[in-house]
Parts: sequence; C-alpha cells; structure tokens
Amino acid sequence: MAETVVFSRPQALAAVQTHYCPGCTHGVIHRMVAEVIDELGLRARTVGIAPVGCSVLAYNYFAMDFHEASHGRAPAVATGIKRARPDLIVFTYQGDGDLASIGMAEIVHCANRGEKVTVVFVNNAIYGMTGGQMAPTTMPGQVATTCPLGRDVEQAGHPIRVVEMISTLRTPAFVARASVHTPLYAVNAKEMLRRAFRYQKDGTCFSLVEVLSTCPTNWGMPPAEATRWLEKTMMPYYPLGVFKTPERGDRAPRPLAPEEAVCRTM
Amino acid sequence: MAKKLMKGCEAIGEAAIHAGCKLFFGYPITPQNEIPEYMSHRLPQVGGTFVQAESEVAASNMLYGASGSGERVLTSSSSPGISLMMEAVSYLAGSELPVVIVNIMRAGPGLGGILPSQSDYFQATKGGGHGDYRLLVLAPWSVQEAADLVQDAFDLADFYRNPVMVLGDGLIGQMMEPVEFGAERVPCKLLAPKTWAATGCDGSRPTNIVNSLFLDPEVLEQHNIKLKAKYDRMVRDEVRFAEYFTDEPYDLLLVAYGTVARVCSTAIEDLREQGVKAGLIRPVSLFPFPYAAVRAAAAKAKAVLVVELSSGQMIEDVQLALRGAKPVYFKGRQGGMLISPDEVAESIREVLAGKAAEVVNG
Ligand SMILES: Cc1ncc(C[n+]2csc(CCOP(=O)(O)OP(=O)(O)O)c2C)c(N)n1
Ligand code: SF4
Repeated sequence: MAETVVFSRPQALAAVQTHYCPGCTHGVIHRMVAEVIDELGLRARTVGIAPVGCSVLAYNYFAMDFHEASHGRAPAVATGIKRARPDLIVFTYQGDGDLASIGMAEIVHCANRGEKVTVVFVNNAIYGMTGGQMAPTTMPGQVATTCPLGRDVEQAGHPIRVVEMISTLRTPAFVARASVHTPLYAVNAKEMLRRAFRYQKDGTCFSLVEVLSTCPTNWGMPPAEATRWLEKTMMPYYPLGVFKTPERGDRAPRPLAPEEAVCRTM
Repeated sequence: MAKKLMKGCEAIGEAAIHAGCKLFFGYPITPQNEIPEYMSHRLPQVGGTFVQAESEVAASNMLYGASGSGERVLTSSSSPGISLMMEAVSYLAGSELPVVIVNIMRAGPGLGGILPSQSDYFQATKGGGHGDYRLLVLAPWSVQEAADLVQDAFDLADFYRNPVMVLGDGLIGQMMEPVEFGAERVPCKLLAPKTWAATGCDGSRPTNIVNSLFLDPEVLEQHNIKLKAKYDRMVRDEVRFAEYFTDEPYDLLLVAYGTVARVCSTAIEDLREQGVKAGLIRPVSLFPFPYAAVRAAAAKAKAVLVVELSSGQMIEDVQLALRGAKPVYFKGRQGGMLISPDEVAESIREVLAGKAAEVVNG
C-alpha cells in the first residue's frame, strides 16, 4: 500500500532535539520559519543569523548555513551578508533583549536602510537565557529577577513596542506582529512569516515579524497558564496585525492611537 | 603603472581595491575620513558596495557578515572607533574570519585629540578585545608601504583566516607621496578556496556555520589550542622588519616604527655627518614582533633608545627582546605632539653622553 505523508519534519529543520524548555514557543517559531523556507523553496540559498539568547543554538536546529552573531548585532551581520551576496535570502532570529535592548541601534538602522533581509523578532517579555531578568519588553508590574517587585515604570519606563516604533520609519515596508500561543494564532503567524520571506524573495524590502512568545520557566508558571498570561497581559499592549506593507503607498507611519497621543502631550 | 601622487588615506583605499576588496563598512572619524570618502566613490565604479554604518559597532559586525560570506572586506577607523570594534574583533578572531582593519591612530585616552599618536600599540598587539586571540599587525612608514601592506594584509588575512590590522598614525593618513600599484598583483600567499564560507547550502556539502561559541570546555580548549598554533605559525613566518645604518658600526641602536622611524632615520643621518654613530631597527610587523632581530641588532650597540609617540608601549616588547642585555632609554611625545629629528638627535647625544635616565622597571 502506498504511503501518503501528511506530516513530517521540514527539510530546513535539522533532525535534532532542541534544548528549549517544555512549553517554550521558540521551537514552534523555528518550525514555522523552516516550513515557510521550504514552501518558498529557499533553503539552498538561505543563510540565517542566530542571536545571543535562548535561541543562540539555532544554528544547530536549522539545516542551512548560519552565522552566530554577538549580542544584538545580528542586523549588522545580516547587512554584511546581504551586501556581500545579494542573491542569498538572509534572516535574523532575535530575542527581545537582543533586539530591543543591546541591539536597538542595529535593528533601527538596518530597517531604515531598507536592507532586504527578514527579521524574526521573538518577544517573550523577559531575558530567558540569563535567568529571567527584566527586558525592555517586560510588562508593567511583571516580576523579573532584576525587578523582584515587578517592573516599575517610574524607574524603568514603559515596555518598548518595537513594531510600532519601526513602523514610524518610512523605509521599512513589511512590519507585523503575530502570536503563536494557540494553533489558530500560529496559523496567522506563519502567514506573516510567509509574507515576510516572500517580500525578500521578490527583492522588495526589509521585513520584520514580531512574534509574541512564552517563557514558562522564567515567568514562573506552567505552560498552559503562560499562554493565558500572554493573551491576557501581553496582547492588549502588543496588538497583533500588519502595521506596514510595501503596497501601502507612501509608507507613511500610522497616526498614533489617541491614548498614545495623550502620553505625548503630557 | 606610473607613479601617482596620493594622500595616504586614498592610497590605502586604492590598495584595497587592487587587492580585490569589494566591500567597505565604516563610520566617520578624523583623521581617516578620506578612506571612507574614497571608497564611497571608488567601490561602485568596480562593482563593489560601500555602506556608512550607524556606528563602529555595526560596521565591524557588517564586516563579520561579509567576511563570513567569503568576500574581501575592509574597514578603517581611528582610536575611539577602533575601541568600539574590539567586541567584533574578538568574535572575528574566534570565528576565524579574515578581514582587514586600518587604524589611523589619534591621541587618547578618551576622546583625546585628533592629532597623530602611537598610543594604541597595546590595544593592537596585546588584546583589546576579550579572549586569547592575536591580530596580525603591520605598521607602514610611507604611503607606498601603506599601499603595499594593505594589499598583503588581505592575503595574510585569507591565508590565516584571521583579522589583520594595518596600524598607521595620522601622518600616514594625511601625507601625500608618490605611489605605484603593480599592474598584475600576485598574492603574497598561496590561497585556498574559502570552502568554509556560509554561502547557502544545497546539500552537496555539510552546512557551514560561522561561529565562536563552544559551550563544551573540552571543545573550546581544542579550539583555543588550534588558534594558538596558528598564532605560532605567524610568529614563525610573518616577522617583518627593516634595518638602517646597521652596516657600519654603531654605539646606539634606535627602535621605532611607523613615521617615527622616518624621523629617527633623519636624525641618525644628520648625526653621522658629525661622527655620532647610531643604527635603527624598524619593526614592520608589530605582531609578530621581531624579537630576535632586535636582540641581534642590539648586541652590536652599547645601549638601545626606543622612540614612540606614546608614554612607552612598544618599549615593553623591546625589553622582552633584550632580556636585560643592554640598557634601554626612551624618548616619547604624546597628546598629538610630533617629534622632530632635532629632538631625537638631542636624545641620542644625551644617552651617549651618559646624561639620560635609563628605563628601569619595577
Ligand atoms: C555583550 C553581552 N552582554 C550580555 C550578555 C549576556 N546575555 C546573554 S543572553 C542575554 C539576554 C537574552 O535575552 P533575549 O534576547 O530576550 O532572549 P531569550 O533568551 O529570552 O530568548 C544576555 C543579557 C552577552 N552574551 N553579551
Ligand atoms: S528559558 Fe524561557 S525562552 Fe529560554 S528556553 Fe526556557 S522557556 Fe524558552
């Protein structure tokens, strides 16, 4: 009897076990990136860049050529690769400490130059790898090892909304936020990733997809509770959706939402 | 090809293009702005790419990406900018990536000043970034030599899979001299194809990973041992130096590098006419340092005078070379102040007359 394969490991994913904690969504995001790369037929000409963070070993998990960047510098490394070999499909995979704290300058300028690379930005509102310290994306009141009483916005400021901030730039053209905490959201996230890689394949533009992600270990909750916490606490502050597309005319930034505009004038 | 009058910075840029460099990433800083400016108009003419990075941190990481893709790539900066690159330099060395970095030194510490200096010798030769690594460091004393060394630097970087630094001072960058570029360049090393580069993998070879992370200490130790063996090969094969006025007898040996060595040679020449005998040895490779040559040249002198535009950095290598065999004296200027042939001549006279204070450590 002939077998029909309905589900298998994507070719772009290596046949190894990851080191991620149970319930961590890094693995799901890896898989979706790999599926998209396979579906678009890009594996043989894709080079990825791993960050410093829990996904530092991503180069072992993807079956393709890879660079390991220093903390936060992946967008600069991506720039070097893409400028050296414009035919390559280049993507960075970065956490929120990596991208939104130490690497803030690199991501903003990479986006603003319109480097034709794709950034997969995994926002889990914490520093996972170093043991749960406060990230620039940590929620107000959220407990972390360096804010044991919860993030105090008077001291640490409000969490940075990367997608909104990058969207204020004129040059970058595909900027979106998605989540993977339930299968339905994950389907949408994969679609965002597909679009991001397709724009790069077509040579269109810089693309960034922020993916809300869980860190049950450092949030100190079981995986199921972590997904609920993400939905309840993170999603209202980090709204999902497509913020910019290359088709949308003059690439003008979206106007600020009223609540944000009030903040500005205070 | 005919000789052309060129500014040092421009000659450095043109030399890189002659060596097949197709990419430049950098950030403006005086006194080397003419290098990025030159590359920004020259590289597009040869099908290359110039990117003005947002910082030296970014520029040096762009180098990492481009080099890891197998291309020849250059950056240039000056002291404060080079400090910002030190993180990437350590990663480049750890990941064994060939790049060429030009440092046109200015006076420090901190923001310091914009005038010539040699106060980054320690940073260039002894570390600067973290971890057990070495840079090959070459120091030109003329515009022609800067052009030649930049071209060699690309070959050496590829051969050893290691960053190479060309260390000049503000004078090298700013002065104009005739330069000649050979029509047909022959690499100074036999170079293997870059089969290690991350160029996309279609399955016909194992994937290539550009990486300096080795979490298993046994594996990292083996990596460190491999790197050390490479640095040892550089020490064995890449020592470069030049001697002047050493064919005739001399009482005092001067040790100086870069443009300071030129000032010293003028001083020595003037004094020779007056019967004062001094010789000069000029390290061209600062790592590897020409310890044996300095020791041998010093054996024929009564004492050694080290001249630097710093408070005394290379002098430590000279002392290592001599192992106490000869008394060592030092003459330096700092802060961007230059040294004149007369000042050097004065120092030579003082040392020979027993009026100078010997440098004693401890
Ligand atoms: C220059 C430098 N500073 C600090 C560190 C330590 N460090 C490693 S990972 C990390 C935070 C990573 O957090 P994030 O980017 O949010 O990724 P996650 O682990 O949560 O996936 C830090 C601070 C480092 N490796 N390099
Ligand atoms: S620490 Fe958090 S981010 Fe890191 S693997 Fe575990 S759950 Fe995932």
